Order: sequence, then C-alpha cells, then structure tokens
Amino acid sequence: MNDAPTNDDPILRIEALSKDFGPVRAVDAVSLDIRRNEFFALLGPSGCGKSTLLRMLAGFEMPSGGRILLEGEDISGLKPERRPVNLMFQSYALFPHMSVLRNIAYGLEMERLPRAEIRARVDEIMAVTDLTGFADRKPEQLSGGQKQRVALARALVKRPKVLLLDEPLGALDKKLRERMQLELKRLQHDVGITFIVVTHDQEEALVMADRMAILRDGKLLQCGSPETVYENPTDRFVANFIGVMNFIEGRIGGDGHFSAKSVRLPVPHLAAGPTALAIRPEDVGIEHGGDAGIPGRITDIAYNGLDRVLHVAIDASATPIQVRVPARVEAGHAIGEPIRIAIAPDRCKFFPA
Amino acid sequence: MSFQATRPNLLAAPAVAWLLAFMVAPCLLILGYAFFERGTWGGVVYTFTLENFERVFDPLYARIFVNSARIAATVTLLAILVAYPAAYAISRAPRSRQPILLFFAVLPFWSNYLIRTYAWIVLLNREGLINNVLRWGGYEGEPLSMLYSEGAVIIGLVYNYLPFVILAIYSSLSRLDMSLVEASRDLGAGPIRTFLRVTLPLTLPGVAAGGVFVFVLSIGNFVTPALLGGGRFQMIGNLVYDQFLTANDWPFGAALGMILIAIMIALLTLQARATNRASGTVREAER
Repeated sequence: MNDAPTNDDPILRIEALSKDFGPVRAVDAVSLDIRRNEFFALLGPSGCGKSTLLRMLAGFEMPSGGRILLEGEDISGLKPERRPVNLMFQSYALFPHMSVLRNIAYGLEMERLPRAEIRARVDEIMAVTDLTGFADRKPEQLSGGQKQRVALARALVKRPKVLLLDEPLGALDKKLRERMQLELKRLQHDVGITFIVVTHDQEEALVMADRMAILRDGKLLQCGSPETVYENPTDRFVANFIGVMNFIEGRIGGDGHFSAKSVRLPVPHLAAGPTALAIRPEDVGIEHGGDAGIPGRITDIAYNGLDRVLHVAIDASATPIQVRVPARVEAGHAIGEPIRIAIAPDRCKFFPA
Repeated sequence: MSFQATRPNLLAAPAVAWLLAFMVAPCLLILGYAFFERGTWGGVVYTFTLENFERVFDPLYARIFVNSARIAATVTLLAILVAYPAAYAISRAPRSRQPILLFFAVLPFWSNYLIRTYAWIVLLNREGLINNVLRWGGYEGEPLSMLYSEGAVIIGLVYNYLPFVILAIYSSLSRLDMSLVEASRDLGAGPIRTFLRVTLPLTLPGVAAGGVFVFVLSIGNFVTPALLGGGRFQMIGNLVYDQFLTANDWPFGAALGMILIAIMIALLTLQARATNRASGTVREAER
C-alpha cells in the first residue's frame, strides 16, 4: 500500500511514539520525520525523555504506543540486533577484553561476513576515524577522545541506515568537545549516514544539527533548523532554553499595545491579556542621549572579547535585561551608570502567560 | 622503615600472630612429620626418610588422588552450571530485591554442615523421601539405591558449596556494565552470542574464584564422602583421616596432607594471578 520510497521520503518516521514507566510517561506521543542524510539533534534538559526516545529507536525499550518506521517499514517490534540502526553509547561501552580491532570488527563478525571483507572495512573505517596504528591497543590504553572515535568507528563500520549517538561528546573536556563538534559533522557528511544525536547542550545542537527537536517532559515542543528555532521559538520554554533570552512580564491591552511599567510597544494582531515579551540580548540597543528608550541602570558588565554584555536593571523586569553590544563600539561603561535601552518591536516575541 | 609504614604493620600484627601460631606452625609440624618414620602407636620416630612421599605415588594411593580430583572436578563443574543461572537471575532482579535473594541463596550455609549432610541421607535413603514419593507416584520396582554412592557424594558436595559459587559469580555479574551487553546486541549479536562473547568472558574471574574454591574444598573434604559415600568411596580427606586416627601412620598421613595443601596453594595462586590480570579490564569497564 506504500508507494515506492523516494529520496524525499523521510528515512525514519516516528509516529505518536509513547513510553510509560509505571505511572510516569517518559515519552508522550512524539511524532517526527527524520530526513535522509540529516544531522538531527534531540535536545532537552535531563529527564525530558530524549534518551528514552533514542533507546526506543535502538530497540532497548519497547514503545507503549506509536510506531517507528524505517524507510516505510515498521521496526517498532524488532530486537536491537535485527535493526539496521546502530547506537553509540554515552559511556562508549567498548568491550574491555577486546583490542580496538576486535571491537570494531565485532559487528561485522556478527553479520558473518567473509574475513577479507571484514578486514577491508575495518581498515577503511579506522583510516576515516584516524585510528590507524591503534588496532592492537586495549580500550584501557586509550584517551577519552580515542575511545570516542573507536565507539564511533565500531558503529559506523556496520553502515547503519541511521546512527544514533547518545551524548557523543558528553565525556570529553570542553576544548576537545568543541573540536569534535565540527569533526563529527564533517564525518557525517563524508560517510553519508543519517545521524540522530541526543544532547542536553543547546550550543552543541546549534553548531552540529541540520535540524533539531526540543523535548520537555516527554513532549515535543518544537522541531526545525537551528536558525528557525533560535529566531522563531514557538514556545516560551524553547525561547528560554535555546540561547539567551530576556523576558518582560506585562500585558497586551485593548489598544494593541504591550505594556509593563516603562515599557510600551505596539503589537498588532495579538489577543489581549497577560503576556510575556521575549527579546534576545543582541536585539536590545542602547539609546545615546535624549530621553528615548527605557531608563535603567547597569548592574553588571561581562566582556567576551568580541562583544560586551551589559546587564541593565529596569523597572519592568525583576531580572536585569541583558544587552549584547559590540565591545569596541560600546566601551567605557561602568557599573551603576544610568543608561537607556531600546527594544526593537519587530524582534520581539510574545508568549501568553 | 617510615612511621607511615609501621602503623599498618602493627595493626595487622594480631592477625599475623594468630595465623603463625595456629596455621603456619601446625602446617610446618605436619610437613616435618612427613619426613620421619611412623611410631607403632601413632606419633613419629625421628629417623629421616622419604618413604612416605614414595608411598603417595603408589598406584593404590595415586588412584585415590585421581579419584578425588575427578570427583572434585565434577562437583566444580556442576556447581558452576547450577550457580551461574542463579547468580544471573539474581543480578538481573530489581536492585531492591537482590539482597533478599542473595540471603536466600546463602541461607543453607548458616545451618550446620553435618545436619545438612544428614538431611541428604534422609532424602536419598532406600526408605527415604525420594523413594517414598516415587512409590506414592505409582513406582512399583525395587527402591533406588542412591545413598552411599559417588553420585550421593557429588550431590552433597555441590549442595554444600553452591552458595560460595553463587556469591562469587554474582559479584562479577553485578559489576558487569550492562551497556556492554546492550552494545553487543546493538552490533548484531543475539542473546546467546552476546553471552558467549561478552558476558561470560567478563565474568570469568568470578567463575574461576568460585570454581577454585569449590574444587579445593571438595578435594580435601572428608565428612561428605564419609557420610554419603558410606566409607566405600574414599577420597584423600578420608585417607588422611584414616592414617592419623585408624592406621596410626602419622607420617604417611602428613605426606598425603602436604600434597593436598600443595595442590590447593597451586590452584589458589593460579586463580589469584588470573583475577589480578582480569581486574585491570574490570576496572576499565566500571569507569
């Protein structure tokens, strides 16, 4: 009844997938389409259900409801060893009693491939993952970064239709993690395999992913490209979770204006009622001279090299508003200094409270 | 010797003194006896001889050694075969229930060894429970003679040492990182191949520890063969017992005992070495 799959069809379709652990609903009717050769990120705070979702895709947890379709075929009931999908474990889960070579060859031996083909494919993947020369090492003789590459090679050598990665960079230190983000993306591009990465690190997701899904309490909040999610969050939680966001609590009145004490902005076409205004620090400007803008006082200054983040206390917000300005342009501010800030109305998002 | 090094030594002193006085000294005494001639009414005559060790290799006695080793090996194998699935089941039970399951597995161990062995006499007897149940179930033939056989000895030994093996294997299994098992499944290995290639190799140290323990305790055991073997199935333990208490040949009993101790020490050393080598990889898996 299915039409022949084309390249535009999603490689993986998740349909209303749910998972209950006793009375707790860990994943709640999540539906997602993952495209072929996509680098997809499942993002959310710990306990949001992203790892459970990934474990259902790998076959370690059976769904309580919904289906998983891989290239149109329902794989929800298949055992892990029968799924053309592989998982890179957060702990890497390298077999401690086997050499690097044996670890990587393990999955191919299980497919009962000819020895020569196993050898060739292992050599190839070890070259790709920069592991040549480590064949005879035991996992305990490897650094964190090397272990991570062995885990990756061991999964990739199987040529899975989809590679699942559970916090792939979580165990690495910050410097290595930043390098590996780009490395992983390059590798994904080179091998042409669909990657689904679970991460709690929104920066990591922004850097690596083609598209991302944000989960909270088992529910899918938003799915889209990093740029879409950053620029147009559809949910207050997403707006707060991705990047830095200032919130000002106020209300939209019948006159088509949002107001909160000294803040007053025109907002056409929005329902009246209590509303939160959200604005990114880079969308808040500084008014030089005159009495335009919102009066405030600088409480903190953070210098980041490229830019400077001023924390400005205003009467409309309990927490100071963060204002991101080019460091070289806005030099010479001091803590305690009175300042006037400007909020660009077209950059604001509004979330009904 | 620095201050830091002295204190731990001092703390260990009571235990060391105890072992020296009641373990090492008697062993050395026995070792000494083995090189003298027997006295007529027990004890020794202080004339040096190697004859006692020669007699150990007499086919008559060598056969008992081989027999004991064979029985001990069978007991070890059976105990591991029974204990592994039990230990596996306990280690996979919900964490909160594991202590109570372990308690039940070890429970028989807290009752008296003799009473437990007598219980087997009650079970295996021609007029015993098993035969009664069989007859009640409609069995008409001669009652089965199960008691006073090698099989009864093996059953008794397996039963008595099972808790040790369950504990040893459980401790290996409970330290096994479950993500390794999942990784194996994920890479295409079914449950059986996962067990053979990942779970079993990584829990071998526990199997070896439990196995050596049972073997060593079984090969030297004399109570079980005496009670369940009915004296017809002599193991080294019974032979040693007889030499000291019946035949009044202390030096020969001592020589037999020394050989037994040597076998035990050799096995325990091998096992300790193997565990040491494997512990590196276990530590790695825990990280």
